[in-house]
Amino acid sequence: MSDIATTMPADGGPAQPLVFHEAQDHHPENGTLLGFWIYLMSDCLVFACLFAAYGVLGREYAGGPTGKEVLELPTVALNTTLLLLSSITYGFAVLEMQRDRRNPMLVWLIITGLLGAGFLTIELREFAHLISIGAGPQRSAFLSSFFTLVGTHGLHVTCGILWLIVLMIQVLKKGLIPANKRRLMCLSMFWHFLDVVWVGVFSFVYLMGVLP
Amino acid sequence: MLAHPDLAKLIFGRLTLEELPLHVPIVLGTFAVVALGAIVVLGAITYFKLWGYLWHEWFTSIDHKKIGIMYMILGFVMLLRGFADAIMMRAQQAISFGDNMGYLPPEHYDQIFTAHGVIMIFFVAMPMVTGLMNFVMPLQIGARDVAFPFLNNFSFWMTVAGAMLVMASLFIGEFARTGWLAYPPLSDIVSSPDAGVDYYIWALQIAGVGTLLSGINLLVTIVKMRAPGMTLMKMPVFTWTALCTNVLIVAAFPVLTAVLALLAMDRYVGTNFFTTELGGNAMMYVNLIWIWGHPEVYILVLPAFGIFSEVTATFSRKPLFGYTSMVYATVVITVLSYLVWLHHFFTMGSGASVNSFFGITTMIISIPTGAKIFNWLFTMYRGRVEFEVPMLWTVAFMVTFVIGGMTGVLLAVPPADFSLHNSLFLIAHFHNVIIGGVLFGLFAGITYWFPKAFGFRLDPFWGKCAFWFWVVGFYFAFMPLYMLGLMGVTRRLSHFEDPTLQIWFLLAAFGAFLILLGIGCMITQFVVSFRRREALRDVTGDPWNGRTLEWSTSSPPPPYNFAFTPRVHDHDAWWMMKKHHYQRPLSGFLPIHMPLNTGAGIMLAGLSFVFGFAMIWYMWLIAAVSFALLLLVAIAHTFNYHRDYYLSADEVNRVEASRTELLARHV
Repeated sequence: MSDIATTMPADGGPAQPLVFHEAQDHHPENGTLLGFWIYLMSDCLVFACLFAAYGVLGREYAGGPTGKEVLELPTVALNTTLLLLSSITYGFAVLEMQRDRRNPMLVWLIITGLLGAGFLTIELREFAHLISIGAGPQRSAFLSSFFTLVGTHGLHVTCGILWLIVLMIQVLKKGLIPANKRRLMCLSMFWHFLDVVWVGVFSFVYLMGVLP
Repeated sequence: MLAHPDLAKLIFGRLTLEELPLHVPIVLGTFAVVALGAIVVLGAITYFKLWGYLWHEWFTSIDHKKIGIMYMILGFVMLLRGFADAIMMRAQQAISFGDNMGYLPPEHYDQIFTAHGVIMIFFVAMPMVTGLMNFVMPLQIGARDVAFPFLNNFSFWMTVAGAMLVMASLFIGEFARTGWLAYPPLSDIVSSPDAGVDYYIWALQIAGVGTLLSGINLLVTIVKMRAPGMTLMKMPVFTWTALCTNVLIVAAFPVLTAVLALLAMDRYVGTNFFTTELGGNAMMYVNLIWIWGHPEVYILVLPAFGIFSEVTATFSRKPLFGYTSMVYATVVITVLSYLVWLHHFFTMGSGASVNSFFGITTMIISIPTGAKIFNWLFTMYRGRVEFEVPMLWTVAFMVTFVIGGMTGVLLAVPPADFSLHNSLFLIAHFHNVIIGGVLFGLFAGITYWFPKAFGFRLDPFWGKCAFWFWVVGFYFAFMPLYMLGLMGVTRRLSHFEDPTLQIWFLLAAFGAFLILLGIGCMITQFVVSFRRREALRDVTGDPWNGRTLEWSTSSPPPPYNFAFTPRVHDHDAWWMMKKHHYQRPLSGFLPIHMPLNTGAGIMLAGLSFVFGFAMIWYMWLIAAVSFALLLLVAIAHTFNYHRDYYLSADEVNRVEASRTELLARHV
């Protein structure tokens, strides 16, 4: 049996015999990165809804505190700096990964995780402060949408840090094998995606929120 | 229960013995029947020692064909439940006139119409559509499985977990009494303090995870795993519709997830998104949920359009008329489906310009849909049409769906909608398109691909009986509702005063009874076909003289689908191979890379069920523990790197040789 299917050209058909199957092992491209990218876009839509809710409800103070009264830009500037820096450090980690240098990569990942944790700490302190002065999520529709949007982002960062820790253990156990590299690339996309969303939160919620 | 009340509260939350329906005879009777059925089934499985087989061959299987079949079984079982709700409503409305209050108290009736809608859309139509795409699409594109086989298994079990939560609400507590979309403020914690809406939220959230992941999975499969030579414009039409449907799933379901999460926040945390005070805005819920809800309609109907395209071409013995226009019509519908959501609530009062915009976009959708109808008609024109059962469903669809489409255009006119909004006219309209479009399509698809899945055809006599009972029953059940709607009868009523309306409801109930006979015939058809399977056996793998790649492999296909990956030259790839007298390769087989089965999916879904149930009943301790376990199992699963194996060339050789022998014996 030859590698090529025995085909007989139909009347007036093409002169070359058509090949109707692959004789060699055919492996489709790995679709993980595309799949993860599509997942991120669906996640982006969740954020789009939360942004829309904030857009509708962001000025419904119900007699409670306004954005100008409760949002503190200096804290948020610090917070934003930490998160943007963590994206850069993740980028350095990926550069090291591509050079197959495991330990420098792990160091950059640890720095990334610490920056993320710093971001979370500041955010949680902000939340705690707001709740303590009676500006919790139940107070008004503005605060409901504020806490839900910012909190959902924070929840994503928490998941990111957890994932980061799990991945570092896996890299330590298995090394920089292709499966782990793929996972690191997925987390990289996730981390940068959270940064992009934060830029939206920072501009739309904080910068515009303090306007009268 | 427990001596210490605080401890009882920590463990059982707000679940008490009073929540069990011990005082409602109808529910108790249902429970007895379901429990008896469950005992019989579980007993039979144990008696015939099938647990190991089911676990290893089905529950943990990551084979897209088996997962597809399991989705279909789930959809069919839930169809029985959803139809039981339907016939109860028809019976209630047929008798509940004047002094007669019917047999269902209002609070029970409200749960039934809510459960009917939720089950039919989320746990009948969605699993069946997903199941068919799962089974057929990889075969049509010449792939060996989907892109993420484990995720596929996990998605299925998440859908099952959601369905189980809805079923649990029948016997433990109650289901939502809010209608199938649970609009606030009725669904907020003040108006619906019991567990019903929480069942609704958690069932849909858990099943929604499955739907979203399966959407991503099938989308990547179509983009990355098509056989060489299959460019986008050479894909079979069903695969095209599957592509568009999965794009819609990925772009619509996150909105549902978000809006239900916000409703849950209102109910659990006390936020004010949709409340009537402190700045909340209930209409935002209605907008958001229909931004998901309208694309959802097309998520369901596009694959049905794909099925009709395959069936019409196959049984007319002609290539599909206007393949390119069919593809573009599908894509245009995909895009337009996002621009019409507001037509579900013209009465919100957004003003003339907004209503006109959405009225016009709605009417525009009928253009690509009409183009499709003409394409099917022209495919049949001068074809050698064979009226096999799938083709019968297709013809019934064309007539029925056109009627449904035209009443839809009537409803798209905002001034007309102001008087028809929430009337039985609307109910008739959407049943007209969903039964006439989606369900008839699924039945055509089931009959068409059944021999591919099981190796024998369905008995055509019982298929035709089911067909006639369903179609005639449909017209009896829903045409009266158009009349009633035009007379001004609104939906969701459990009692009427005007005796002149009763005759229409009696007609509708008669129609529902005919549909019941139709369902009976379907079950008979499965049993009879199974018993006559030797006579109905398909040995060729191509029982209908098909056109697309799934018919080029055996029925049922081997685990690896194709011994060699096909190379495609035309959108009717298998038809072309037959025209060129293609010979199956009989040697030279290579080892095939295959994914390994895993029980992680069923474990994660089981834990999700426990977590959802605990959240519904405020069992915070169990919720926390099950959530922690959920995370732990998910993380542990990522430490498993051993997920695939090679099926040896000898094994492939053995399977292919047995098929060769079978073909030689019969052909």
